[in-house]
Amino acid sequence: MQATHSHLAVHDHGAHAQPTGLMRWITTTNHKDIGTMYLWFSFTMFLVGGILALLLRSELFQPGLQLVEPEVFNQLTTMHGVIMVFGAIMPAFVGFANWMIPLQIGAADMAFARMNNWSFWLLPPAALLLVISFFVPGGAAAGGWTLYPPLSVQMGPGMDLAIFALHILGASSIMGSINIVTTILNMRAPGMTLMKMPLFCWTWLITAYLLIAVMPVLAGAITMILTDRHFDTHFFNAAGGGDPVLFQHVFWFFGHPEVYIMILPAFGIVSEIIPAFARKPLFGYTSMVYATSSIAILSFIVWAHHMFTVGMPATAQLFFMYATMLIAVPTGVKVFNWVATMWKGSMTFETPMLFACGFIFVFTMGGFTGLILAITPIDIQLHDTYFVVAHFHYVLVAGSLFALFAGVYYWLPKWTGHMYNETLGKAHFWLSVIFFNITFFVQHFLGLAGMPRRVPDYALQFADFNMISTIGAFGFGFTQLLFLYIVVSCIRGGEKAGDKPWEGAQGLEWTVPSPAPYHTFEVPPVVR
Amino acid sequence: MSQSATAHSSTAPHYFVPQPSTWPIFGSFALLFMALGTTLWMNDVGWGKFVLIGGLCILFYMLFGWFGTVIGESEGGLYSKRVDISFRWSMGWFIFSEVMFFAAFFGVLFYMRVLSVPDLGSLDNRLLWPEFTSSWPVAGPGIRESFQTIPAFGLPAINTMLLLASGITITLAHWALLADNRPALVRWMIATIALGTVFLFVQGYEYAHAWRDLNLQLDMGAYGATFFMLTGFHGFHVTIGTIMLIVITFRCAKGHFTPENHFGFEGVAWYWHFVDVVWLLLFVVVYAL
Repeated sequence: MQATHSHLAVHDHGAHAQPTGLMRWITTTNHKDIGTMYLWFSFTMFLVGGILALLLRSELFQPGLQLVEPEVFNQLTTMHGVIMVFGAIMPAFVGFANWMIPLQIGAADMAFARMNNWSFWLLPPAALLLVISFFVPGGAAAGGWTLYPPLSVQMGPGMDLAIFALHILGASSIMGSINIVTTILNMRAPGMTLMKMPLFCWTWLITAYLLIAVMPVLAGAITMILTDRHFDTHFFNAAGGGDPVLFQHVFWFFGHPEVYIMILPAFGIVSEIIPAFARKPLFGYTSMVYATSSIAILSFIVWAHHMFTVGMPATAQLFFMYATMLIAVPTGVKVFNWVATMWKGSMTFETPMLFACGFIFVFTMGGFTGLILAITPIDIQLHDTYFVVAHFHYVLVAGSLFALFAGVYYWLPKWTGHMYNETLGKAHFWLSVIFFNITFFVQHFLGLAGMPRRVPDYALQFADFNMISTIGAFGFGFTQLLFLYIVVSCIRGGEKAGDKPWEGAQGLEWTVPSPAPYHTFEVPPVVR
Repeated sequence: MSQSATAHSSTAPHYFVPQPSTWPIFGSFALLFMALGTTLWMNDVGWGKFVLIGGLCILFYMLFGWFGTVIGESEGGLYSKRVDISFRWSMGWFIFSEVMFFAAFFGVLFYMRVLSVPDLGSLDNRLLWPEFTSSWPVAGPGIRESFQTIPAFGLPAINTMLLLASGITITLAHWALLADNRPALVRWMIATIALGTVFLFVQGYEYAHAWRDLNLQLDMGAYGATFFMLTGFHGFHVTIGTIMLIVITFRCAKGHFTPENHFGFEGVAWYWHFVDVVWLLLFVVVYAL
């Protein structure tokens, strides 16, 4: 009785009093609006972080110092990392979660629609703080995105601004994650049991759990940096019984789950796309769920593999080495399942599928270099070289970013009601994958030959590979403008998309019209 | 959408989705000003504190307005059973995130006591710090001043009793609410608030005593930093919890909540038990051990 009553009340209310213009976006409680804002914000940050990366690559085009001062180079390195991790990749996945999770589980909206708005609107102030930090005395934070002391304890106010920006981004992530977990656990349509849920929802459920567990730990770590900087504590100072390595332990306890936070939703997107274009159900759904959970649990006990060179007991090094290698097992399960899904499928290669297949190839290469780096004696050689840079760009750019592109092309017809330009989409894929490899494949050789990362100058023998890498980076950067053009022209027009534009696609999101109406599933569907 | 839109509508609980709201953007500006103001202030720009205070004012305005809206919606009967379950899940996960925040600082205390301080007193560091021998409590090899600690079985033990008693009184309040005994409910709530407030006063007195008489300050190396950060963040959480208790008590006195439907009360009670458990851990590892 009460439910019916409130239904009417809300419905009446919803019919009018909808703000328009800018106020619509500032006040919105609609998961689609908020998802759209997340996606545009992250793309903007992606371009900003990309410009910083191109400045870095320009400096590294030739040996010697030509473009920026070394301290500016350090600021660019740091802010490129912070912006790409916290400003581009993470919000992009949250944007997908906002758009797709309610549509995939048959919910009317996110569980806490107003808090959802705040989760998004905390991002622009944080981004503003990061931008301002370039213009304060001493410039932006320059200790690397990992903010290791003693560097981070010594720097100017730019570090304080970065710390507060991370606090705000962390609050946003925790609220967003609580929202996602609650939505998935409580708002599924009747009949949508957990083990019937699309894999994207499963990966996000586990990602949100990781975020709630580790973002507070990052908050603690950077708070201690702040008190060491301004309030005379000695957490990271040996003179006061502290230890700079202590920060590394706390940071990487956050940091390693963080890298899975950035890849698990990518696994989810790829697990949606490959069955759709292979026209076969996903092979080994249950094992996918268990593999994702195993990766999440293991991610808490591998952190010190980032610290093999700081001086740890051999027992600890062995433990972290073996624990890290263990992660290859569930990750391998996933890769085999994707390949087995394609096996004997009737496959077509539209742009989402191209990006998904590209993801499997290139991400797996990043996985292999990860296994190499997990081996302690090898890591001691390769620590802080370009081999590490190549490794994590293979998993973060070709992993997370390619999966994000795949997801955009896959769901763009549902979001906009139009088909994107398939020819240009394919061009975007091939240019991206080729320029990506030109940029980063050569960095393996640079690292193996001993070129250290985060240094603006280098020995002459590294000149050729660096030149190649810079050319690739500019190619990759400009290719993303093509992506922008494709998305904008898809929003503005193009071939009408049907409710289910992909023949083999599965899931509730394809049962609503394209473009998805402003309100969907106000009455939950029944899933059989 | 079409497949079952009608079949289910009579039994499906409708989920409340709020109207567009301006509260979040106030919160965003508040945090922006607070971050900028604190940065300026910490870097010796005097007017920074006014920016910080401005941000705090906006924050309190936002919290008042936002929670007021939620209370209005709750009392207006807009929250179905399913919304209630959402609140339960979210409060549980929020407390889990708080647990992880404290876990970081407990981990730091463990690391300093068990690893970094003994290491600084070991043979490896004899060359750098020849006179330093590892012990606990200790400030560190580079700090010449000495300090004393607060014995566990003085004020901290009394504080433990206070918080444990407040855990009992809030449970009695809950039972009174379940029995629809409003006067008893309000009485037990006031008792809980009183215990929490006395705890905070005792903690404040202990801090003043430590700072002035025992020379136990934030700059006293390993012990000073971990002591004040752990007890300080705990005290901050008790403060927030006490404010939550006060708000809930006013709501009880106004006739909000029913024996069947009172998640606002339970959420505060969960949070209060959480700060209680953190204190028990603190009492053992910071004061007693």
